[in-house]
Amino acid sequence: MEIPYTVEAHPETGLNNGKIGIWLFLTSEVMLFGALFATFIMLRIGSDGNWAAMQAEAELNIPLATLNTAVLIASSLTMVMAWASLMRGQLGRFKLFGWLTVGCGGIFLVIKYFEYTAKFEHHHYPESSTFLAIYFAMTGLHALHVIGGMAWNAYFTGPGSKLFHTNRQWLTDRVEHSGLFWHFVDLVWIFLFPVFYLL
Amino acid sequence: MSEHVDIDKQVRIYVTVFVSLFVLTIVTVAVSYLDVSVPVALAIGLFIATVKGSLVACFFMHLIDEKKIIYWTLALTVAFFIALMALPLLTSVADQVGEFAEVEAHEPH
Repeated sequence: MEIPYTVEAHPETGLNNGKIGIWLFLTSEVMLFGALFATFIMLRIGSDGNWAAMQAEAELNIPLATLNTAVLIASSLTMVMAWASLMRGQLGRFKLFGWLTVGCGGIFLVIKYFEYTAKFEHHHYPESSTFLAIYFAMTGLHALHVIGGMAWNAYFTGPGSKLFHTNRQWLTDRVEHSGLFWHFVDLVWIFLFPVFYLL
Repeated sequence: MSEHVDIDKQVRIYVTVFVSLFVLTIVTVAVSYLDVSVPVALAIGLFIATVKGSLVACFFMHLIDEKKIIYWTLALTVAFFIALMALPLLTSVADQVGEFAEVEAHEPH
């Protein structure tokens, strides 16, 4: 039995299954990160003025985090360019931009690895302070999302791209949906960066 | 995103948004070195982050041109998100009011 509305839009919603599914998933993600941001606010308010001292003691690397922000922003551009290439019917360019997106995710994680190892070398662990506890919780969860997004994009850019020859619109829609997730991950970092590193 | 799109126009918009996000990132870092009070720094930093987030959501995530059901779903999410953020802030305000009332009660009249 064929599943309806995988490509064509449902007459009631005007959306196909994948589009409504990814947006419902993203709303749950907003609440997941929202709960952690609420925790962050509560910890910061309840720190009795010690927050700045804990933040200074953590010695977060602002230049590296700025570079990571630039890398994620660049990956968002390559992601939409991958989708635009499919809309134009250019499989080669889609693959180029798709792998560039995955590569940017990889660069982000390598930079994050250097940041984390620098912390551990200075014996800065999640249990060291309230600031580091929420820092590792939120940036760690975000890094897991980057890994998930990379796997998703790698599949569609690699083996999943065979769909281009049989159902191009379905592949285009799927890439748009994986892009929505990727941009959400970028959006979360846009808030994590100033909140932890700059303010 | 609606079915009939001018891809060349879209790509020009994507590049413009990318450059804007890059410039705003530099502005965010520059502002953090300004000698201002913590509440002012927080307000400026979060305002720039909100502008950047809106650019990503509107153009990269195509929210500027989406179906009504997505807008309604997101409106509901935003309402719950605001409630979630307000809870710790309200708790803090309630604590401060409680402390103030306690001090008032112990002061000689």
